[in-house]
Amino acid sequence: MIEPFITHLGLVAPLDRINVDTDMIIPKQFLKSIKRTGFGKNLFDELRYLDEGYPGQDCKSRPLNMEFSLNNPRYKDASVLLTRKNFGCGSSREHAAWALRDYGFKVIVAPSFADIFYNNCIKNGLLPVTLLDSEIDSLFEQVLKGKELALDIDLPNQTVKALNGIDLKFSFCIDSFYKHCLINGLDEIALTLQDSELIKEFESAHAFKFPWTFGAIK
Amino acid sequence: MINKTLYDKLWDNHLIKSREDGSSLIYIDRHILHEVTSPQAFEGLKLAGRKPWRIDTNIATTDHNISTDISERQGGINGIPDETSRIQVKTLNDNCNFFGIKEFEMNDPGQGIVHVMGPELGATLPGMTVVCGDSHTATHGAIGCLAHGIGTSEVEHVLATQCLVTKKMKNMRITVNGDLSEGLTPKDVILSIIGHIGTAGGNGHAIEFAGTVFENMSIEGRMTVCNMAIEAGARVGLVAVDEKTISYCKNRLFGPNEYQIDNAIRYWRTLHSDKEALFDKEVELTADSISPQVTWGTSPEMVCSVTESIPDPMTYESLDRQKSYSAALEYMNLKPGIPMTEIRIDKVFIGSCTNSRIEDLREAAKVIEGKKISATIKQAIVVPGSQMVKAQAEKEGLDRIFKNSGLEWREPGCSMCLAMNSDKLKPGEHCASTSNRNFEGRQGSGGRTHLMSPAMAAAAAISGKITDVRDFLINDI
Repeated sequence: MIEPFITHLGLVAPLDRINVDTDMIIPKQFLKSIKRTGFGKNLFDELRYLDEGYPGQDCKSRPLNMEFSLNNPRYKDASVLLTRKNFGCGSSREHAAWALRDYGFKVIVAPSFADIFYNNCIKNGLLPVTLLDSEIDSLFEQVLKGKELALDIDLPNQTVKALNGIDLKFSFCIDSFYKHCLINGLDEIALTLQDSELIKEFESAHAFKFPWTFGAIK
Repeated sequence: MINKTLYDKLWDNHLIKSREDGSSLIYIDRHILHEVTSPQAFEGLKLAGRKPWRIDTNIATTDHNISTDISERQGGINGIPDETSRIQVKTLNDNCNFFGIKEFEMNDPGQGIVHVMGPELGATLPGMTVVCGDSHTATHGAIGCLAHGIGTSEVEHVLATQCLVTKKMKNMRITVNGDLSEGLTPKDVILSIIGHIGTAGGNGHAIEFAGTVFENMSIEGRMTVCNMAIEAGARVGLVAVDEKTISYCKNRLFGPNEYQIDNAIRYWRTLHSDKEALFDKEVELTADSISPQVTWGTSPEMVCSVTESIPDPMTYESLDRQKSYSAALEYMNLKPGIPMTEIRIDKVFIGSCTNSRIEDLREAAKVIEGKKISATIKQAIVVPGSQMVKAQAEKEGLDRIFKNSGLEWREPGCSMCLAMNSDKLKPGEHCASTSNRNFEGRQGSGGRTHLMSPAMAAAAAISGKITDVRDFLINDI
């Protein structure tokens, strides 16, 4: 069961690169955890710290890469990540969505996302907002100008609006199914199990047609 | 009659329900589990008091984080020195025992990298839907099944319901006609495709690979190609079933029994796109435009021919590209204009779900036989994809060829492809790697990866730098 997502108002942090992969979001050494939580301190570990990270480390005393945007004190309380195309490409690790969520991000704004990562966001109540390249450019322009950019994101109305007198307002597209899942914070398994009878019926017919796909693995 | 693509056919055969909200419920025939992306799913299942819907659909193994060192492997689970890895492997065993799921444990004869193990055991077959918490699940599409990676929440969902809630992808076809010349391999074909369409080129699509190049390719080769569909952005890669597929699949451990096989084959023969089927996107390449490929940057699309020089990022039109390509060159410590063949290599990795099958090892062994690796190579490892591949390679004497040349012969696992175990690069090291991702830090923090074919990696091992394998092959004639 995930927390429903309706609206969110938050400060924006920029990550000005294309094709950010999930290895970058959460490096492999942290995938050995058997939990869903605790990944936030290692989010973007290789970009964020100057030393090599390992699981279970006390990250407070590690040397920070001050050139990395999230280490800029201005973005300390950011909960909206603004980035470039094909965000989340590569490995299917859901740990990437868990790490972003655990760090405190609620919304990722980009021109496009990789398919599996997009799905993983939805399952974890993290809203991926897809905007046009030109719209992303104008948001980056504000942030890189040094302005504090806060966004008001409204999922039911599918709009993103800048605050503090910055005149930017965009609408975004999201599939009705994903929107429904996020707004209701659905337990998808419970929802699917409402169709148990239908699944059983399909399964029996399937077993009759393709018997070799049943029972071989014992 | 409606003309359908192969993807349409596979989809239609598994569609349980189209929901009003645009999502669909599809039935999953095979679910492969491994130690890294399953523990949280099992935990979720237990916390909710749920049970797996169907036990015999699941098959599990450990591959991602285990050691490939022979002496460490002999110690079994308790011999895993890293505590977090040990707990993760043990957690998979415990979960499989608890729920009664078939698992090939670390040193069992059937163990291997999930995407090598599945087809070779007949656990994945043409016409099936196959999912696994690993993006390279696209590999299995080489035998005409609908296979893709899923996240851990979806792993839990499939365990609990035998279904996946998903949306239909679009259809894309990549056609490559012609004949591949000597020294060219399936890896060169897929790297060349990725270079052509980019790492997001297949987003939202299922890619079918068609044309004479794939028709003439072995099943192992098709697996290499489909494996890297995800590196072109597509979750699904597919090749139509033909007689090669059928002869590969028909006598496998978990495949159809003698009473089922005729019906199975009859069905498998229908698994191809209809002649008039329409694709949302079509790309065509010719075999003669392909040469041995090597990556120079930090995304698989940053690739060129071994005969070329490192491109100048400033020659690209898009500003995004200029920036990311410049950053990649800085990370790789390379400069535009340098010939690829001048790049020195520190380590060599032959393995991964892309290139660790018997054919890959034969290809590398053919290049390296009777030669020694360069004295400047710090380490060169060959990691077979599965216990079955390892046994076959040893039967053919490939292990001796590698060892005699100075390469290490390891135990099966994912190894240096993602460096979750101790097989990794040190900062600054350049690696000739047959794996699938050259992302920053992928093979070890600060490591620099050059993706290439097994033959090219073997050639790099001999000369200590990136080398056109065709030079070796010509000398051999």
